[in-house]
Amino acid sequence: MTKNVTSKELMGGDDDPPLYAPQKKIYPQRVSGTFRRIKWGLMALCLGVYYLLPLVRWNRGLGAPDQAVLIDFQSQRFYFFFIELWPQEFYYFTGLLILAAFTLFLMNALGGRIWCGYLCPQTVWTDLFYAVEHWSEGDRRARIKANAGPLTANRLARRALKQAIWLIIAWWTGGAWVLYFSDAPTLVKDLATFQAPAIAYIWIGILTASTYLLAGHAREQVCLYMCPWPRIQAALTDEWALNVTYKYDRGEPRCSVKKGRAQRALGETAGDCVDCNQCVAVCPTGIDIRNGAQLGCIQCGLCIDACDNVMKRIGRPTRLIGYDNDINVQRRTSGKTELFKPVRSRTVVYAALIATVCAVMLHALLTRSLLDLNVLHDRNPVAVKLSAGAIRNGYTLRFLNKRGFDRVIAVDVDGPANAQIHIVGVDSVTPDRPMIVLARDATTELRVLVTAPVDEKEEKTQPVKFRITDIGLGEVASATDHFVTP
Amino acid sequence: MSQHNDTDHISGRSTTGHEWDGIKELNTPLPRWWVLTFYATIIWAFGYWLVYPAWPLVSGYTVGVLHTTNRAAVTANLAEFEALRGEKMKALGTASLADIENDPALLALARARGKTVFGDNCAPCHGSGAAGAKGYPNLNDDDWLWGGTLDQILQTIQFGARSGNAKAHEGQMLAFGKDGVLKSDEIVTVANYVRSLSGLSTRKGYDAAKGEKIFADNCVACHGEGGKGNQELGAANLTDKIWLYGSDEATLIEAISNGRAGVMPAWEGRLDPVTIKALAVYVHALGGGK
Ligand code: SF4
Ligand code: SF4
Repeated sequence: MTKNVTSKELMGGDDDPPLYAPQKKIYPQRVSGTFRRIKWGLMALCLGVYYLLPLVRWNRGLGAPDQAVLIDFQSQRFYFFFIELWPQEFYYFTGLLILAAFTLFLMNALGGRIWCGYLCPQTVWTDLFYAVEHWSEGDRRARIKANAGPLTANRLARRALKQAIWLIIAWWTGGAWVLYFSDAPTLVKDLATFQAPAIAYIWIGILTASTYLLAGHAREQVCLYMCPWPRIQAALTDEWALNVTYKYDRGEPRCSVKKGRAQRALGETAGDCVDCNQCVAVCPTGIDIRNGAQLGCIQCGLCIDACDNVMKRIGRPTRLIGYDNDINVQRRTSGKTELFKPVRSRTVVYAALIATVCAVMLHALLTRSLLDLNVLHDRNPVAVKLSAGAIRNGYTLRFLNKRGFDRVIAVDVDGPANAQIHIVGVDSVTPDRPMIVLARDATTELRVLVTAPVDEKEEKTQPVKFRITDIGLGEVASATDHFVTP
Repeated sequence: MSQHNDTDHISGRSTTGHEWDGIKELNTPLPRWWVLTFYATIIWAFGYWLVYPAWPLVSGYTVGVLHTTNRAAVTANLAEFEALRGEKMKALGTASLADIENDPALLALARARGKTVFGDNCAPCHGSGAAGAKGYPNLNDDDWLWGGTLDQILQTIQFGARSGNAKAHEGQMLAFGKDGVLKSDEIVTVANYVRSLSGLSTRKGYDAAKGEKIFADNCVACHGEGGKGNQELGAANLTDKIWLYGSDEATLIEAISNGRAGVMPAWEGRLDPVTIKALAVYVHALGGGK
């Protein structure tokens, strides 16, 4: 799409350097090999999970949503298979973010920017969009030729086809996104019959546009200019991390196959690189890895596949480009054996941190209470004297029933001697031990009055403990506060 | 920018021609889309100035072609909210007081509504938590001059006491001293007698029999046999532990001498019936309601 414009054209012909640079059109070439296969596999996995996960069902019992993964904003719940989280448990997401950060650091310490090359959504979708481009407009040469030539009907049709498929994928991406926020089958039906809430269409629109723009048009520009990770990772990496590396100790001086053979026959040095530029042609960010490690390299490994294919054809050992590091280049040059150290203090620390955070989260998840009680003492008045002389304190009790069914609970109070409990609006058959029904998966807030015949000589403030017991399951929760005498 | 044609011979890139301590800056122009996006934001800003209020003037600001203001938005939101609340309040209007108390959802609604209305209208006298003050009843306790059932509370709120409303509670503590009915020594005696009714200490050497006699002659008509009070007349129960104005001898002497006639305004007409209903439920649910 973007024509190569000279600086003169841009600046109206005066001699100043350009104020901005047009995007260089990159025509990545199709390639096959180990890393390409890994990328296809991971792409299938990531996209499969993304597109299909909302359709997975999970039985949570009557009345509860049966979608395995659901972010329910309306009732403020997050469902993830057997886990159901409430808003006040949002810290689990903090844990997940910490976990994600450490995992990224660990990946970086082991294999540089492998996240960028294989798993980053920008990479995955751009790769898919490139595949569509290959399929509809042909490989690198065909596309370069077509773009240089006149706009024929055939070319226009191929272009339109490509854009159409891109838009369909982008639309599908936005569509799958909204399914995470509502019951998927219902929403699909509502969307199709134009009954869905406006916000769903708006989000589909936004994500369709962003997917289409980012994966179809911005492509490598995202990695080069928008994404902060290349800058951050450069500061996090160390000399042992594996990076896609051109092994210049094997490659220089570059010479043709024939010349190389002749040189070697004479016992002179000759590089394995035949300067065929295949590694550059396949690169999705359009860089030449032979210039060394650089910001533009997302470590997708495609140049490794390209060069391996060349090496096989000319009968030289493969992995002239490969996951390697400078330490090994140096070791080979000085005749030492290669050395790989995945276990280093840095990776051990990251792994330990990941394990710790995982353990903490798992522990919190397994021991989280499904019945909970909070208590808040009345502020004004803190205590009331009744006509018979007894003292009464008012509290607001908040009951949390995180289970998917209604439950009957009994409320007990351990406080001043002979304390009596009354729940406003609740007439219980057992007056000294009121029973209430807690609605499933909800918070219930009730006003509770505790009355006790307090002696003037007694302490002004005594502890009071509210205990709630699930009559059916025997689950218990409690909360403490104070009983105040005026 | 000056005219130059300088190339960095290591990278092969052109330089900007700027040089600091022998270090030259490479010319690395921004990508075009980046610059275009920047220009687009500038154009957007101009559009924004046109459409929305933007520039302060001497006495006001430019209004913008949409005439959008936060105040208008708030007004619209409030109207929307009122409409929404109207729906829910309708349910309060049709249900009976007892029904409201027995329905957790309606009870919560009535208490929430009642609490805000109480804060706006009743708190100046009864305190924000309805704890009362000297002369202003504590609505959390179980001592009610005019009765503490839901209906009685509703009636008191509607019509008030000595408020001038035709249906208001009437009846007052007479000024036995000022009006010359009792002499001062009799007042002291009966004051001590009243203290004894609720088990409070009495002055040394006071004549209990005389006190009982004075009480029977003058006070029983309103406060009843034994001083148990009378809610029809708003006459206080003198045997319990709660004293609206205080229980010390001086306060009682003052009351008997000058009388008491606190005023509770009538809220009918000032608050709509549904709001008064919610208020009654709120007060009843404070804990002292009968
Ligand atoms: S240099 Fe190689 S690994 Fe890096 S982005 Fe290009 S093709 Fe991928
Ligand atoms: S693909 Fe291999 S042989 Fe060809 S230019 Fe790149 S490094 Fe050299």
